[in-house]
Amino acid sequence: MGDSIWQSMQQKGYSRREFMQLCSAAAAAAGLSKSAVGQVASAFEKKAKPPVVWLHYQECTGCSESFIRASHPVVADALLDVISLNYSETLMAPSGFQAEKSLSDTIANNKGKYILVVEGAVPTKDGGVYCMVAGKSALQSLKTVAKDAAAIIAWGSCASFGGVQAAKPNPTEAVAISKIVDKPVINVPGCPPIADVMMSVVTHILVLGQLPALDSQGRPKEFYGRRVHDTCYRRPNYDAGLFVESFDDENARKGYCLYKLGCRGPVTYNACSVTRWNEGTSNPIQSGHPCIGCSEDGFWDNEPFYQHLASFPGFGIESTADTLGTAVGVATVAGVAAHAVLTTIRKRSVIAEVHAEDHKES
Amino acid sequence: MSTLKTGVTNVMGANGGTPVEYQRVYVWELPVRVYHWINALALVLLCVTGFLIGHPVRIAYAQEAYQQYWFGWVRFIHFAAAYVYVFNFVYRLYWAFVGNKYATWNNFLPLTKKQWQEIADIIMVDVLQVKKHGEIATGHNALAAFSYFFTFVVFCFQTVTGFALYSSMSDSWFPRLFTWIVPLMGGELAVRFWHHLFIWFFVFFVIVHVYLSFYHDYIEGRGEVSVIVSGWKFGKFDKVESDGEPRKQ
Repeated sequence: MGDSIWQSMQQKGYSRREFMQLCSAAAAAAGLSKSAVGQVASAFEKKAKPPVVWLHYQECTGCSESFIRASHPVVADALLDVISLNYSETLMAPSGFQAEKSLSDTIANNKGKYILVVEGAVPTKDGGVYCMVAGKSALQSLKTVAKDAAAIIAWGSCASFGGVQAAKPNPTEAVAISKIVDKPVINVPGCPPIADVMMSVVTHILVLGQLPALDSQGRPKEFYGRRVHDTCYRRPNYDAGLFVESFDDENARKGYCLYKLGCRGPVTYNACSVTRWNEGTSNPIQSGHPCIGCSEDGFWDNEPFYQHLASFPGFGIESTADTLGTAVGVATVAGVAAHAVLTTIRKRSVIAEVHAEDHKES
Repeated sequence: MSTLKTGVTNVMGANGGTPVEYQRVYVWELPVRVYHWINALALVLLCVTGFLIGHPVRIAYAQEAYQQYWFGWVRFIHFAAAYVYVFNFVYRLYWAFVGNKYATWNNFLPLTKKQWQEIADIIMVDVLQVKKHGEIATGHNALAAFSYFFTFVVFCFQTVTGFALYSSMSDSWFPRLFTWIVPLMGGELAVRFWHHLFIWFFVFFVIVHVYLSFYHDYIEGRGEVSVIVSGWKFGKFDKVESDGEPRKQ
């Protein structure tokens, strides 16, 4: 701790050229222009590595799994070098008392300097007893650690929006971390988030020393500003009205649009179509599966995933708005028909009455 | 000009064939009629294209995406019709303050006891058909007008949700005004769901509205249907319209 990135790279035998490659990659990852590479190099030479506290609450560690698979090897390698990961239940060597001491030391020695990253939602029911680490509830520890953090990042849909724990009926009353801390939180949703996006967010904070521009839901605009649909390579098929009708039809083989199979691309904000996954190999849509909208708030409750419309609450999983609409439509037509029949039966006497009234008044 | 006298023969002969003196009255001014038909056209376009967007039909006259664009056109028509429909509605709102007494805003809200009595009367006479004859309204009857109030609410709801969905594909200032709706309703899929559900409202509305127009025309014989084309209706207005002549064009 206390070393700059350049110093620690030198210790590991990296050349200046490799250091500059890292700086370029980091600048690109943070969405900076080429002229900013000097700024990045300067920051990496002089600034001490920021300590990072990585907390796990109600989650599956999938976000960590995703993070350590960041595609660019130099940056990926560097990242674990770049940051000084002082506490992470999954990745750290110490355990028990030593681990907790590491956490309290980090907070005490780096007040207002450390970056807090959180994976997982926080249960609030019954005083938060449904997620306890080292004898403290997630609620307590989050509040304690968040208090002196320089920046707070929510990894994944659970930390950002509550995720699967917060899906109906949400038995532990799990909430997003932004609901608990009263500081700005960078939400990096996704189940998991894209590794390169996670890395870029960290890089942005490191290089520029400030939070990236966030949208109304706290997501970095540079990665969550566009819909999966808008950058999808199958988009021309959508505009052309060429749709896959079922998973095994001819149109699926032709790579037509997956809209009718419930693709959530048009309602999902993420960078999957641009960065792709696993070193840019592919993304769900490219492999023939509709997007399930895993980075959207409450996506677990928007079932069924293979239907364009969410099911209508209380009418069974297969019932959409159209089921209800058709039923009420039939009832309306039946009502009108009954009314018409009744009118036909009564018409002579009713019209006579209308005329009689007319005469009475005149 | 506004009170052309027309002798109407009592076709049913219930009163010894004595003709009843009907007068013509100018009910729906040109702006109201224009609003009505633009609205009707836009709504039909919006509903048809809306259902198509929700459930695209299988139309493939080409193999490759660049050779056809029908879904793009369907969406374009939907968005264009939406703009027409919204500003047409704004114009109708304006007319609710400057139009004649049949077009003003207070028709649409039952704020008086008289309107509530009329609603009760219409339910007995026209809906349940348990009473034979009530007062015949010249403009909107109180129940119809009140139901239009709810259609206006749905208009607003569809406008707000529609532009909220559209805002993600537009940088134009007007749709951008509605971006806050999306997180409020719990994401775009939820907005899409409600926007889709309320298409059905218009389907029911059109069925009932068209049917009841013909029903009233048939039973009352005062030009309920043709009035929305010509603007003129028949009635014994020297009695019913005690507060003077209808406003002139």
